[in-house]
Amino acid sequence: MITFDKTTKTYDGGVTAVKGVDFTVEKGEIVVLLGPSGCGKTTLLRMVNRLESISDGKIMIDGEDSMSLDSIELRRKIGYVIQSNGLFPNMTIEENVMIVPDLLGWSKKDKKERFKKLMNMISMDSEKFGKRYPHELSGGQQQRIGVIRALAADPPVMLMDEPFGALDPIIREKIQDEFLQIQKEVKKTILFVSHDIDEAIRMADKIVLLRGGELMQYDTPSEMLVRPKSEFVREFFGKDRAIKSLSLHTIRELQDIIGLAEFDEGITDTITINVNHDLRNTLSMLLNQEADQVIVVDDEGNKLGAITIDIVQKYLHFEIKAKPTLVEKG
Amino acid sequence: MDKWLKFLEINAPRIFDLTIEHAILVGAAILVALLIGVPLGIYLTTNDYLAETVLQIASVMLTIPSIALFGVMIPIFSIVNLGIGFVPAFVALVLYAQLPIIRNTYTAIRNVDPEMRDAAIGLGMKPIQRLFRVEIPNAFPVIMAGIRTAVVINIGIGVIAAYIGAGGLGVLITQGITRGDNYLIITGSVAVAILAMIADGFLMWIQKRYTPKSIAN
Ligand SMILES: Nc1ncnc2c1ncn2[C@@H]1O[C@H](COP(=O)(O)OP(=O)(O)O)[C@@H](O)[C@H]1O
Ligand SMILES: [Mg+2]
Repeated sequence: MITFDKTTKTYDGGVTAVKGVDFTVEKGEIVVLLGPSGCGKTTLLRMVNRLESISDGKIMIDGEDSMSLDSIELRRKIGYVIQSNGLFPNMTIEENVMIVPDLLGWSKKDKKERFKKLMNMISMDSEKFGKRYPHELSGGQQQRIGVIRALAADPPVMLMDEPFGALDPIIREKIQDEFLQIQKEVKKTILFVSHDIDEAIRMADKIVLLRGGELMQYDTPSEMLVRPKSEFVREFFGKDRAIKSLSLHTIRELQDIIGLAEFDEGITDTITINVNHDLRNTLSMLLNQEADQVIVVDDEGNKLGAITIDIVQKYLHFEIKAKPTLVEKG
Repeated sequence: MDKWLKFLEINAPRIFDLTIEHAILVGAAILVALLIGVPLGIYLTTNDYLAETVLQIASVMLTIPSIALFGVMIPIFSIVNLGIGFVPAFVALVLYAQLPIIRNTYTAIRNVDPEMRDAAIGLGMKPIQRLFRVEIPNAFPVIMAGIRTAVVINIGIGVIAAYIGAGGLGVLITQGITRGDNYLIITGSVAVAILAMIADGFLMWIQKRYTPKSIAN
């Protein structure tokens, strides 16, 4: 658990990058720090592991004032991932990943085992990649290595500063999904910086929306989309926020509420889609007209029904747009 | 051509001895210069104000004509009865080697990607761990380039050492000049050039051998 208590940062030059921010990241949650460039996200993040000093207020980690802890020990208990991955070019992948365990004095055997396990998590072959150097990997692979390096000594807390920001959209989405899958298992307390609304909605249990160093709203993604507390929040998420909010819903939810269409065995140009797919991706698939008919299947492959643009639109209209605070006030 | 061969045949042992003498003088000076210059260069990265001053002093030192610097050494070391010979020449060479070594070490460590340094701190490395595990390995090629420059400069300037009685290949050249013997002058000069090429080649090999593959380009 991380608690920010009137946390404030004024840089030497006089810029106040973070102004009296209050919120709590619960254990096992992903909180995304979201906001335009320069709003203080990175500064706020870096105060947690004391890469930046705290000018005023406090940051408590599991109830302990971060300033009362030894900074080196504190950092070894907090995983840190940055956009440029920060892998060391003079070390092999295995050495890079095992830095913190090495600093903590783990045995060779323990390190070896841990490395295998971590590489497994990201479906990379530990034998094949262990002895390679960072520049021999693709951008996406390097970034995943950066993530497991932060996880190596199993720290309870992770700080991630736009970790997937430099990747192209398709790879980014894959890695986001993979990371969410890993998080289901490891249940870390995560503070995640992003300036990308879609990423924030996908990744966050809760979002902290910042402007000019001030906290504008702290809520779950759907609350923030559905009940923005101010004009700034409303505008930040934009007019297409209803469509954005589709990514928070799955086909199953749609099926439960308005049901699916009948499917026609006679149509040959058919593709299938899993019922746990989110509606935003489903919609773009439908709009791309990848096939004449899209059949929804469950995990066992049983056909549940067909989905069409009309159905998604209906769901969008009744279930999302109909919520009163979302109606445009003109 | 015959004359040449005859000359070399007679003088070979002496040329060899002088070359060794030259190499030892330069080698010893570089070793000491490294022990001073590398730690100093690293330290300066933590003190911007001092860095500027020290680098300036070192630059000025390199602009002092070598013959003058050697000349200055004589009265200074006369005080302790070491006015001529190995010691003053050695000290002068140590001074000449400082600039390239300090400057390259300083620049190389400073230029380590700040994001990389940031990651090292964020992962909980102590300053000394960061230095030995991240900064020095990644700064290594540039530090080595400075050492190579210092070695080549010292082998050249080491010729002047002969004037203050420190021996080395300069002896051939100074004798050649006083006697008007071109064979001596050319032999001395060529020997200096070959020594410099061999030393540089060897250091280049070390540099390549120990530069992390991913940062060599
Ligand atoms: N080291 C620094 N010194 C002075 N000002 C800084 C420093 N780092 C960031 N700032 C300023 O603080 C503000 C917030 O920056 P930052 O936290 O990097 O924002 P973000 O990550 O949201 O883009 C900006 O106005 C930036 O210019
Ligand atoms: Mg930032």
